[in-house]
Amino acid sequence: MSSATTPPDSDPTGRRRVHSMLKLYYGLNEEGTAAEQAESLDPCDINGPHFDPEVYLNKLRKECSLGELMDHESCMVKQIRSLDSDMQTLVYENYNKFISATDTIRKMKNDFKKMEDEMDCLSANMAAITEFSARISGTLQDQHAQITKLSGVHTLLRKLQFLFELPARLNKCLELQAYAQAVSAHRRARCVLQQYSHMPSFRGIQDDCHVIMEQLAQQLRQKFRDGGSSAKDLSECVELLLQLDEPAEELCDKFLSHAQSRLEADLQGLEVELKDSAVTDTDILEFIDRGCNEFVSSLCLVIASYQELFINRPQEGELASKNIPEMANGKLHVFVDTLAARYFSLVEQRIQEEKGVGDNSLLVRALDRFHRRLQAITKLLPGSAVPSHGTEIVVRAARERIKQYLSALQTFYHDSLTDVRQALAAPRLAVGGANATPSLPELLTSLSNFILNQLKSVLASVHLFTAKDITFSNKPYFKGEFCSQGVREGLVVSFIKFICQSSRQYCESAGDRGGSTPPALLLLLSRLCLDYETSTISYILTLTDEQFLVQHHTPVTPVTALCAEAREAAQKLLNHYVKVQGLIISQMLRKSVETRDWVNTIEPRNVRAVMKRVVEDTTSIDVQVGLLYEEGVRKAHSSDSSKRTFSVYSSSRQQIRYAPSYTPSAPMDTNLLSNIHKLFSERIDIFSPVEFNKVSVLTGIIKISLKTFLECVRLRTFGRYGLQQIQVDCHYLQMYLWRFVSDENLVHFLLDEIVGSAAHRCLDPSPMEQSVIEVICERG
Amino acid sequence: MEDDAPVIYGLEFQARALTAQTAETDAIRFLVGTQSLKFDNQIHIIDFDDENNMINKSVLLHDAGEIWHISGSPAEKAVLTTCYSKTSESRVLTCAAVWRMPPEWESGSHESPDDSSNNPQTLELLCHLDNTTHGSVACVLWEPMGDGKRVISLAENHVLLWDLQESSTKATISSSATLEGKGQLKFTAGKWSPHHNSTQLATANDTAIRGWDLRSMSQIYCIESAHGQLVRDLDFNPNKQYYLASCGDDCKVKFWDVRHINEPVKCLEEHSHWVWSVRYNHSHDQLLLTGSSDSRVILSNMVSISSEPFGHLVDDDELSDNEESQQEDKGKEPLQDSIIATYEEHEDSVYAVEWSAADPWLFASLSYDGRLVINRVPRALKYRILL
Repeated sequence: MSSATTPPDSDPTGRRRVHSMLKLYYGLNEEGTAAEQAESLDPCDINGPHFDPEVYLNKLRKECSLGELMDHESCMVKQIRSLDSDMQTLVYENYNKFISATDTIRKMKNDFKKMEDEMDCLSANMAAITEFSARISGTLQDQHAQITKLSGVHTLLRKLQFLFELPARLNKCLELQAYAQAVSAHRRARCVLQQYSHMPSFRGIQDDCHVIMEQLAQQLRQKFRDGGSSAKDLSECVELLLQLDEPAEELCDKFLSHAQSRLEADLQGLEVELKDSAVTDTDILEFIDRGCNEFVSSLCLVIASYQELFINRPQEGELASKNIPEMANGKLHVFVDTLAARYFSLVEQRIQEEKGVGDNSLLVRALDRFHRRLQAITKLLPGSAVPSHGTEIVVRAARERIKQYLSALQTFYHDSLTDVRQALAAPRLAVGGANATPSLPELLTSLSNFILNQLKSVLASVHLFTAKDITFSNKPYFKGEFCSQGVREGLVVSFIKFICQSSRQYCESAGDRGGSTPPALLLLLSRLCLDYETSTISYILTLTDEQFLVQHHTPVTPVTALCAEAREAAQKLLNHYVKVQGLIISQMLRKSVETRDWVNTIEPRNVRAVMKRVVEDTTSIDVQVGLLYEEGVRKAHSSDSSKRTFSVYSSSRQQIRYAPSYTPSAPMDTNLLSNIHKLFSERIDIFSPVEFNKVSVLTGIIKISLKTFLECVRLRTFGRYGLQQIQVDCHYLQMYLWRFVSDENLVHFLLDEIVGSAAHRCLDPSPMEQSVIEVICERG
Repeated sequence: MEDDAPVIYGLEFQARALTAQTAETDAIRFLVGTQSLKFDNQIHIIDFDDENNMINKSVLLHDAGEIWHISGSPAEKAVLTTCYSKTSESRVLTCAAVWRMPPEWESGSHESPDDSSNNPQTLELLCHLDNTTHGSVACVLWEPMGDGKRVISLAENHVLLWDLQESSTKATISSSATLEGKGQLKFTAGKWSPHHNSTQLATANDTAIRGWDLRSMSQIYCIESAHGQLVRDLDFNPNKQYYLASCGDDCKVKFWDVRHINEPVKCLEEHSHWVWSVRYNHSHDQLLLTGSSDSRVILSNMVSISSEPFGHLVDDDELSDNEESQQEDKGKEPLQDSIIATYEEHEDSVYAVEWSAADPWLFASLSYDGRLVINRVPRALKYRILL
């Protein structure tokens, strides 16, 4: 029990607490719990349940020093004292409360005793009252039964009186035209009368009523038939008549026929306007407006009121069994369909009259209005075929429109070609004012711009059909087929095809009659088609696809096919141009060869005028083609192309055998050089397709001309000077023509052939000196 | 099966005139007339030996002038006519004459072919078709399938019908017609129709084709601007009496039904230069031969406008006899109008083409440089037509 022992004791506990906390933190709490248990079970814990004073005392005595024991003791005493006082206070309080409760209970006991007495008194009184009441009701019993009976008789009498008064009342109602009251009164009495009809008096009444009601019905029908009455009146009428067992079918029919007469008046009005439209010049929008406002709106009214009357009425009693709505609905559909059909035929007639393609917006607006108003009928009459018919009309109109636009484009194209033709013809008429007339490239650009602009404006017009604010634009037709089949195929592609086709026609029709189309136009069109092939077609189609958002559900003509067609047309036109121009020159050459007496001609002093003309014409063609087509490639020229000398074949005979399959024959007269040339040079196709450039075109023309010259020379016989004249002419041509062609050897070859053939066909072949020829040519 | 290669024969002179020996039906024989201003002109008689693919030739001298047109008599093998040009006093005139080949030419050529070419025999002149009053003769036409007594000559704008008498030694004009009109009219070609009992003639001048009735010597139809330019040649369909083919400088070959002259029945545009000659095959009129100055010869098969548009019609009896052939026939498709072949053996303008009179599957073409080419119809086609 030394004081020194306590600090080590307190130290380990403190350390253990920290330790246990750490353990607790790391989840190793077995020891912790054991410590707790030990604590709670500790007999030394003065507040614990297992406190053992002996042990505690012993412990204290063992552990503590005297001073500490003293302190402990005084502390203990202090605590005991305070606990004692606390206890005392609590006891006092409880005592007081107990006393007051006892007082209250005693008081209550007294009150209850008083109440018991009063209750007894009350029950006695109640018994007396019950007795009295039973007695009174017993005395009144008989009288009550009598009263009940009397009142029953009274009501019966009232009813009878009603019945007896009924005819009079009905009559009065009839006079006052209070039909509704009359009908309701009659309805009330009807069953009774029916039930007691075997009694003569009631029968009389019933008959009277019948007569009166008959009259009433008659009047109602009259009113119904008159039709001047308002819709409300009318519906009242119908309701009453239905209540009067009037057959509903008949009523429907009457109602409809009545409505029909009114609607027909509207239609006739439209018809008259349709006839007058040519005279009065009302536009289609006005017409459709009138149709919508008069016919369609009254039709809607009729449908609405009809449905109100016959279809949507609440079904009551026996009427429900007759299945009126179904029957009425059927009738209504037939009615609407027939009238709408007539209306549609009128509208279609009017639309067909709309041929001018100037303002498409008017038509589209008219169609839109037409379509929009028909939507009202859809709402009113869900199952009706009318709106779909209406849509069909719109679709047809749109199709028709596209066709009209196509033909308008075609006429426009023709017209512009006519303009171009006139412009081309103009310079020839007014030679002096040549600068006033537009040149070929200008004409070409203006033509293609005109066409493109026209096409664009047509596309814009047609585009109105698919505008967002147009009600029918979201119909599947306008979303799909209209764009792809209608606009793209029917309008744009057809137009391009038309251009190609009409161009080709120029080649064919002009072929026989020889130059009914001016060659310049052929050239222009060929360039136009070529431009189409290179750019315009794809531009137009892209434009169309963009504007109309074409979705290609159905197969459409691909751009490449169109381009190929355009290219083919361009090629054909250019070939034809070459042919026509070649022909003009050949014709000159042929005439010049055929009409001259070549045997008896004088010694050549000049180049013949026709050769100069040929060169002039070729030069002007060169200029013309150069305006529209690029130069093209040509083979390299020899340095002195114009100065080439002709080898005029002398009559030197050379023995040649140029193919082993030849039968041995006598010495040949044909010239070695010429034949070798032919063996190694490529075959010349005279009327062969040309390329899209100037040189190729010119080569084609010159080929045709010189070949003609050759063939004509071969048909003639020449004298000495005849041959010399040909020599001069050929040299002259040589001097000027080589520059136009792609391969000058071609010109050399053909001219050689000409001179050679002339030498062969010459009676006295003595060629002219080359120097003399050159002198003559340079002089001329 | 391989088609036989063409057989080529070269003349030493330029030539335009070619004809088959019309009366000869056994041997395949063509006559070619040469054109030379400086040397003596010749007529080459070309015999083709089909089996050995060989040519035998004989040369006869034609010293009257260069030959522009030649035509063999349909009745007598040895008789022929030529149109030749004669130069006298600086004037060139084309005359016509009837000739007879000397009887020995055939035997002579067989013994020593080389000798005969060196010492050619001369044609025997039977008579002149005197044309001094009518101008140059373009062509002479024999009466088709006639007895060789009647010929027509076309001289400038006159049609002259001649009667040959005293075994063709004397010719008299029996009737004539003259084409009147603006400008200088001149016949370029003509053809005597084998139909209607040989009473019709077709002529070409400039771009027009005219039909003539020989009994009244009057015009019966006229196809104005039948071609865009000059009409070069004509031929009658041998089996269809109203059908006529024409060709011209517009590179086209056109087929006409002379009852409907506004539009041609058909039009071919295959040549790239003037078409100088057109000939129907004598037996199978779907086969058509054209020669052009683009140096090509084209053989076309014009089934749709022929007399056998559906191919060879087989008799019903034959069919029932032979079931197999019927099956075969059904498998075949009918032939379409088409070009059968383009022959490019020539290197100069081809002015004349002619079918053989003896073998309907054989033809000759002549180009200006004197090259004669003998070709056959391709065998495949031949069998399709026959079977």
